[in-house]
Amino acid sequence: MSSDVILRTERLGKRFRRRWAVRALNLEVPRGEVFGFLGPNGAGKSTTIRMLLSLVKPSEGRIELFGKELYSHRKDVLSRVGGLVESADFYQYLTARKNLDMIASLGGGLTRRAIDEVLNLVGLFPRAEDKVKTYSHGMKQRLGIAQALLGNPELIILDEPTTGLDPQGIKEVRELIRRLSKERAITVFLSSHLLSEIEQTATSMAIINMGELVVQGKVGALLNTGENVVKIDARPLEEARLLISKQQYVKGIKQINNTLEVNMPLDHAGELNTMLVRAGLEVYSLIPRRSLEDYFLSITDGSTDIR
Amino acid sequence: MLLILKDELLKTYKKWRTYIGFIAIAVFVPAVQLALKFEGGGMVNRMTRGLQDDFFLVGNFFNGYFITQFLLNSMWVHMPFLISLVAGDQLAGEATGGTFRLLLIRPASRSRILLNKYVTTLFYSFTLVAFLALVSLGLGLALFGSGPLLIPGRTITIIPVEQVFWRMSLAFGFAIVCMWCVASLAFLFSSLVENAIGPIVGTMAVVIIFLLLSNMPVDFFKAIKPYLFTSYLNVWQKMLEEPIPWQTIRNDLLIIGGHCVGFYIVTWYIFVKKDILS
Repeated sequence: MSSDVILRTERLGKRFRRRWAVRALNLEVPRGEVFGFLGPNGAGKSTTIRMLLSLVKPSEGRIELFGKELYSHRKDVLSRVGGLVESADFYQYLTARKNLDMIASLGGGLTRRAIDEVLNLVGLFPRAEDKVKTYSHGMKQRLGIAQALLGNPELIILDEPTTGLDPQGIKEVRELIRRLSKERAITVFLSSHLLSEIEQTATSMAIINMGELVVQGKVGALLNTGENVVKIDARPLEEARLLISKQQYVKGIKQINNTLEVNMPLDHAGELNTMLVRAGLEVYSLIPRRSLEDYFLSITDGSTDIR
Repeated sequence: MLLILKDELLKTYKKWRTYIGFIAIAVFVPAVQLALKFEGGGMVNRMTRGLQDDFFLVGNFFNGYFITQFLLNSMWVHMPFLISLVAGDQLAGEATGGTFRLLLIRPASRSRILLNKYVTTLFYSFTLVAFLALVSLGLGLALFGSGPLLIPGRTITIIPVEQVFWRMSLAFGFAIVCMWCVASLAFLFSSLVENAIGPIVGTMAVVIIFLLLSNMPVDFFKAIKPYLFTSYLNVWQKMLEEPIPWQTIRNDLLIIGGHCVGFYIVTWYIFVKKDILS
């Protein structure tokens, strides 16, 4: 076992009555990375995260954090992990500081200074003495990240931290995640149903669908290599097909209804467009699609929630 | 450990729901006492009418102890409701609020968190009954003065004035243990669901149905009466019997205590294994 894997699951599975929410999941999260855990809604992301944080008992398989089995070293392991599961819910009738104070107590307690520090980090220090019920959704979410950072964890696990935030809030949270990873060398495990989010923040990733792992690896390697496709709608179609097939970089053409799916490197897409236009063809659309993106869009079933 | 207990107490006593019971007592008890004050000794006269035909009652029988005893008897069915209001919320409330997701991903084990919550629940029950004792005895003695305690019933018992205070105090002590049992049941129900309404209604349903069953004049129900924990919840009244049935009291307390432990063990078993999906 290599020491630079901070989190590992082996054949992890969870069954609720007859239905498997997660099945035979093998994940490896390298230390120091921002690990994107991507999947459509209902893919099993939340169940996996709940298992990683001991909220839900796995039906089978094992979870290793820092090289130790989670359930037999729960106290030791969880004192080095911070987490935010789904929406950030707090004791509404208590102040933000008191909330953090209480959470810290469950790990043995922290000084006022340590709590000030995490509040500062998420920009909530000026509102520390206000009751959480006066907080906006975005502030609660930031407080959620703050509580995950209590006690200087080596790993933080965040479950869809940008859900329900406005664009500005989303941007802030993503920047915060990148900063934590860079400046504090915290490993971040981040789930999302948005490929673009993972692409912007993560360095490695895994895709999960229907409870099973589809693929995992470095973000760059997964997204920018492999079979890429440009979808072209140009008329007349037959003429376009003929012209395209003559290009050297084209590896294959398929015709689906009235569009052509051209298998080719994406950096030639512009060149191809120019060529078609110069030849006097009408190009209605030209959509470069990385295969993983295409795959992901197909499993999210044309969800409109893609940013 | 103490840090967590302090926080659990703070969480409970910062909640508005915790004070409903105290407010209810603070309104109801003085209201009844003032009403009785204005009505005067009429009540005690009615209760002892038969007695007065044959005996001459000397002394202040319409006193603070008498009023307290009367109040305690009439509030006895309502206390479980005020208890379960908070006890039933202890675990279910965290599920409703989504705050289990904050607590149970921390190093502290579920067993420890549960124990602290249980101790908090017992402490609340203690403070509520103690508050009832304080208000009813304090105000009762202030308004009506002291004196021997007369307990009407099939036979009339009179407890001499020098014994009343300690007997009454012990009675309240036993009442606390009885309420711990009710609290433990509500706490158990609280571990099963994600909303406090269920545990409150469930606890009340059990208490009321068991009490009804055990008071049915049917042989079958009489036979099962010893197996219903509610049959022992009146143990505090036995402190005011003459002579004090210590043997029965000890037995009753053991049974009630056993139920508390039993309910807690079941709760622990459920809670430690539970998948947190709220």
